[in-house]
Amino acid sequence: MTVQPSFEAGTTLAPMVVARGVEKSFGAVRVLRGIDLDVMPGQVVCLIGPSGSGKTTFLRCINLLEKIDRGLLAVDGRHIGYRVGRDGRLCEMTEREICRQRRDIGMVFQRFNLFQHMTALENVIEGPVGVLGENRREATARARELLKRVGLEHKADSFPAELSGGQQQRVAIARALAMRPKLILFDEPTSALDPELVGEVLDVMRTLAHSGMTMVIVTHEIAFARDIADLVVFMDEGQVVESGPPAEVLANPRQERTRKFLLSVRGEDGHAR
Amino acid sequence: MTHRPDLEAIAALPRLDGPGSVVPIRHYGRWASAVLVAFLGGGYLYLLATSDNMRWDVTYDYLFHPAVMSGLWLTIQLTVASMALAIVSGAMLGFMRLSQNPVLRSVSWWVIWFLRGTPLLVQLLFWYFLASLFPFLSLTIPFGPTLFSVDTNSLINQFGAAVLGLGLNEGAYMAEIYRAGILSVDKGQTEAAQSVGMSRARLMRRIVMPQAMRFIIPPTGNATISMLKTTSVVLIIGLPDLLTSVQLIYARNFQQIPLLAVACFWYLVCTTALTIVQSRLERHYSRGSRVEGGLDLVSLLGPLLRPRRASREVRP
Repeated sequence: MTVQPSFEAGTTLAPMVVARGVEKSFGAVRVLRGIDLDVMPGQVVCLIGPSGSGKTTFLRCINLLEKIDRGLLAVDGRHIGYRVGRDGRLCEMTEREICRQRRDIGMVFQRFNLFQHMTALENVIEGPVGVLGENRREATARARELLKRVGLEHKADSFPAELSGGQQQRVAIARALAMRPKLILFDEPTSALDPELVGEVLDVMRTLAHSGMTMVIVTHEIAFARDIADLVVFMDEGQVVESGPPAEVLANPRQERTRKFLLSVRGEDGHAR
Repeated sequence: MTHRPDLEAIAALPRLDGPGSVVPIRHYGRWASAVLVAFLGGGYLYLLATSDNMRWDVTYDYLFHPAVMSGLWLTIQLTVASMALAIVSGAMLGFMRLSQNPVLRSVSWWVIWFLRGTPLLVQLLFWYFLASLFPFLSLTIPFGPTLFSVDTNSLINQFGAAVLGLGLNEGAYMAEIYRAGILSVDKGQTEAAQSVGMSRARLMRRIVMPQAMRFIIPPTGNATISMLKTTSVVLIIGLPDLLTSVQLIYARNFQQIPLLAVACFWYLVCTTALTIVQSRLERHYSRGSRVEGGLDLVSLLGPLLRPRRASREVRP
């Protein structure tokens, strides 16, 4: 199943993420059974599907939190975690090379994972100062700007435990942005939030999408996906069942499994945002 | 048959009017136990204080006796040096246990297995008698000349053997404390650090260890206090620590209890000091988290001891 990027013809841009036949097993369980996917620069891709369908695992593979068993997974034209040796075989990257690759790929986690012993501001500048070696003063100024962008300039000196879930997730987005990534991965960013806090996080993500950031989002927020996605990918049992613009996949699914899933989600959450 | 009071009766019930407006429950058990403890404890203290056999004057005379002082000083030196070695060697063994390198992992496993599996006394004697096994310690280029050679006994004296024995033995236990502390930090912290491109060494230093310290400090405090008293086993290789010095004195004057009281006094002074240090460290590393209870002498003894710039804690 090849996925056609929903980009206008004539673009010569190379895809930001290319997946071809990606397979991954945990022991005897085959979690990914051959994923094909292209994500173009500036594109917003939403991965949807029932739990256990492999969406999160696939997302984690993109920044090497998990290693794939088979296939091709490349970000910005290069294998993730491997380089091509002189004889054409793939060689495992060294830790230093892996870290260098990860700098360019932001990640926002379901459970926020803010550094608990650091204030919001310290969370945001830790990467730029510690990893990129940026000047602390400049990094701090930029971090304040980023916190302002997510509406939390007044919480710069608060610790994560003093923030609500929605606020923590917005700091986490600022932390990812501080690295000036080429791509940000979102792993169910609103699933751990109280319903009334979901909106503030989605608002920040929406602004980010409009600013042209390349985003891959695992989400259960169907209405949100319809709103901002360029491409919706429906996964089930480790495979891409169907993909295309939201108007097709969400409004007029061709596959029976997609239809069933959408129906079950709407059943629970009829008044989806 | 149910009786339902009418609304007026319910509305006419007396109301709470803030604190102090209700009659508190009477804790008779507390009163009874307080009387019992006062009677038994007070009686015992009275006996101790007034008994002619107790000889407080002897205790007082020997409190600052030069032999006791030098014993105390040796105990403190041994505790500090051994714990320093234990913390360093424990950290090394602990990190090796969690290393991705299988060789380091298994080396650490076997070293800990040996150090925890044999008696401390045996290890102490082993270091003391090392010279009978290797009379000289030499640095030699393999199949080449000897760079230098040194008499083992001059390199490892009694104090050195005591520190090696106590420190390495405790280090094996410390390794497990480190390992447990590191594993207690949520895996999400590591993943978040990786996702901003931190190396393993950096994320350990900046993210995991500062959070693991909260779990590492209380058992380390325990270990230090325990070490303070364990140092008395160095008697076996002839070092006069606090307890040994006291024993040497009562062997001559037969005033066992008064002199043991001297030892207890100094041990308690040291333990109290360590407890204060521990609670300050805990306070320092509680940054961003709720304060746990525990033996908080700092708040017990009041603002006199409070660190000038307490780190911020999150109130629940």
